[in-house]
Amino acid sequence: MLSIKNLHVSVGDKPILKGINLEIKPGEIHAIMGPNGSGKSTLSHILSGKSGYTVTEGSATYQGKDLLDMPPEIRAREGVFLAFQYPVEIPGVSNVYLLKAALNSIRKHHGQSEVDAMDFLTLVKGKVRLLEMDEKFLYRAVNEGFSGGEKKRNEILQMAILEPKLCILDETDSGLDIDALKIVSEGVNSLRSPDRSFVMVTHYQRLLDYIKPDFVHVLAHGQIVKSGGPELALELEEKGYSWLEDAEASA
Amino acid sequence: MAVANSSQYIDAYAQTFADLSEQSVAWLKQQRADALEQFTSTGFPAARDEEWRYTQISALAKTLFLPAQHSASIAVDAEWLKNYQLADAWSIVLVDGFFSAELSVLDGLPAGVVVSSLAQALAEPASAALLTDKLNQAVNFDENGFVAFNSAYFADGVWVHIPAKQVLAKPIQIVHVATQSAVAINTRTVIVADEQSEAQLIETFVGLEGAYVSVAIAEVFVGQNADVTLYKVQVESEKALHFGGTYVKQARDARFRHDNFALGGLLARSDVHTDLDQASECELNGLYLGVKRQHIDNHTRINHLKPHGISRELYKGVLDDKARGVFQGRVVVAEDAQKTDSQMNNRNLLLSNDAEADTKPQLEIYADDVKCGHGVTVGQLDEKSIFYLQSRCVDEETARNMLTFAFANEMVDKVKIKSLHDVILGQVLLRFPQEGIDKEWL
Ligand SMILES: Nc1ncnc2c1ncn2[C@@H]1O[C@H](COP(=O)(O)OP(=O)(O)OP(=O)(O)O)[C@@H](O)[C@H]1O
Ligand SMILES: [Mg+2]
Repeated sequence: MLSIKNLHVSVGDKPILKGINLEIKPGEIHAIMGPNGSGKSTLSHILSGKSGYTVTEGSATYQGKDLLDMPPEIRAREGVFLAFQYPVEIPGVSNVYLLKAALNSIRKHHGQSEVDAMDFLTLVKGKVRLLEMDEKFLYRAVNEGFSGGEKKRNEILQMAILEPKLCILDETDSGLDIDALKIVSEGVNSLRSPDRSFVMVTHYQRLLDYIKPDFVHVLAHGQIVKSGGPELALELEEKGYSWLEDAEASA
Repeated sequence: MAVANSSQYIDAYAQTFADLSEQSVAWLKQQRADALEQFTSTGFPAARDEEWRYTQISALAKTLFLPAQHSASIAVDAEWLKNYQLADAWSIVLVDGFFSAELSVLDGLPAGVVVSSLAQALAEPASAALLTDKLNQAVNFDENGFVAFNSAYFADGVWVHIPAKQVLAKPIQIVHVATQSAVAINTRTVIVADEQSEAQLIETFVGLEGAYVSVAIAEVFVGQNADVTLYKVQVESEKALHFGGTYVKQARDARFRHDNFALGGLLARSDVHTDLDQASECELNGLYLGVKRQHIDNHTRINHLKPHGISRELYKGVLDDKARGVFQGRVVVAEDAQKTDSQMNNRNLLLSNDAEADTKPQLEIYADDVKCGHGVTVGQLDEKSIFYLQSRCVDEETARNMLTFAFANEMVDKVKIKSLHDVILGQVLLRFPQEGIDKEWL
């Protein structure tokens, strides 16, 4: 699905990612944890095509194609989805309009015709129920005036409708209350399938109780300093990151 | 190159003036004479005048625009006009500035409501008497050279009278159609809404291909506790010049809303002035779109004269290519106007490096217990928003169009008359790249 090799990324002269290696196979769930400022969002952004970063070395291959060479919208149409840590407010563009535009772009990309208006509404309303949202959100401007938690839930709604192949969730759990975390996690779990992979950036073990990862990686100072199974997250919860950083420093 | 100055206009208009003067009742004859005297001394506004600093009116000097002549309504294709004329409104149509009975649709107006040609109203003693304390009362011809020019030379226009307590079930639309070229179309509109009446009116300015100048002055009197909404939809020909002025007097507790869509013309200027009495409220909205070499000017003035007035203003501009947009908004709070609550905003979106927006908010506050604010922005599309849309499968060009459209559509969406909303939406979409904008999805 995704193969990242020795990826180095800078902003201006400042190196942020310093040699990331990551292999993600279809159906796998990878959790990425790590201290603030370690480069987790940068990795999410670089995978989804945000401008302003320079790749100085390395590669990212998605389904056999050079991911870094594709414009962001092509990545999205090919199935890469980023649930933003800070979803952007788009006044004047309704949620339902954007969903329709997005879904039709994907269909067009795959040589399919536009979605039928009725089918579309049935699909969208079904997902709205899945995430226990109010239908009114569909007709509001994208994220405008949404609470922090509502924004996160809206990201997962979009993901549920667009059915991407590679789902990158950047701190989707931050800002969600306990009930919302459960609902959103169930939404994510319902999307799990053998041909869909997830990269979940999180600071909290709590999320991983609901969505059980296959692998946990620790990103620190722009490098993956440790990888392991779900038990690594528990260890981090207990000990924090300093023992890893100390190990890194002495290595 | 022949250069026309004000005195050449006065010479060229001498016969017109004599004819109009002869047709006018004594008080109007006097007003026309005074206006001409004013125009003779000041001429058209000059760039040295602060209020006209940004408005290049040199086009008026390059061509001598002769008075528009009464042309047969046949020049207008009624089918084409339906693109602008609303089926669910009463409408009065002026062709090149003259009333067209054939194209107007005024059946079924409630008893007492008057919508007529201004020339006809002035020709009849009873209605002329009603106009004596209205015409040139909301604005004086010393306001500027165009008002003086219009007051001296207007031949026709519209007279609307809504009696007290009348609540109109349908809007009244005034459609100005220009068919000629190289002419000046001078119209005057007087709207009087008596106390406790409610009305929605629309002024639409549309032209064929011509290079003409439209000078349209409107005076609006909103009676005590009356509620008037006036929409202006300016979609003049792309070679046209438009100088419009809307001058409003609001009585106590009167509510006035003006939505100004400045979309057409090569050079278009619109002045909206309103005087607020005690506890009266006004809402001024505007959307200006400039493409190619369009120059679109909007000047507003809100005079809070008495206590407890409320004013809200939001003008938005979108400027592409080499277009230029100007917003000059002035709010004056008189010493007596305590507890005034006023908010003025102007937002501009520049789509090209050659486009320009000049914004100049001015607050003049002479009272000490008021709440007044203003905010202006001139900016480009937000890169974060573009990336967010791209990450949702939307290509960059469509993302830009969607964001541009969304910016402008905020103003279109305020229009609650469905048929009018659709006309305006269509006009907005005509002027901007539509790639990726699907009207059906909105
Ligand atoms: N555009 C930029 N200009 C300068 N520095 C940047 C830019 N973008 C990111 N950085 C820096 O790169 C580092 C990594 O940032 P990033 O947002 O990827 O961290 P993160 O791991 O997601 O942190 P958090 O857990 O707080 O979300 C930080 O030090 C940040 O300040
Ligand atoms: Mg982050």
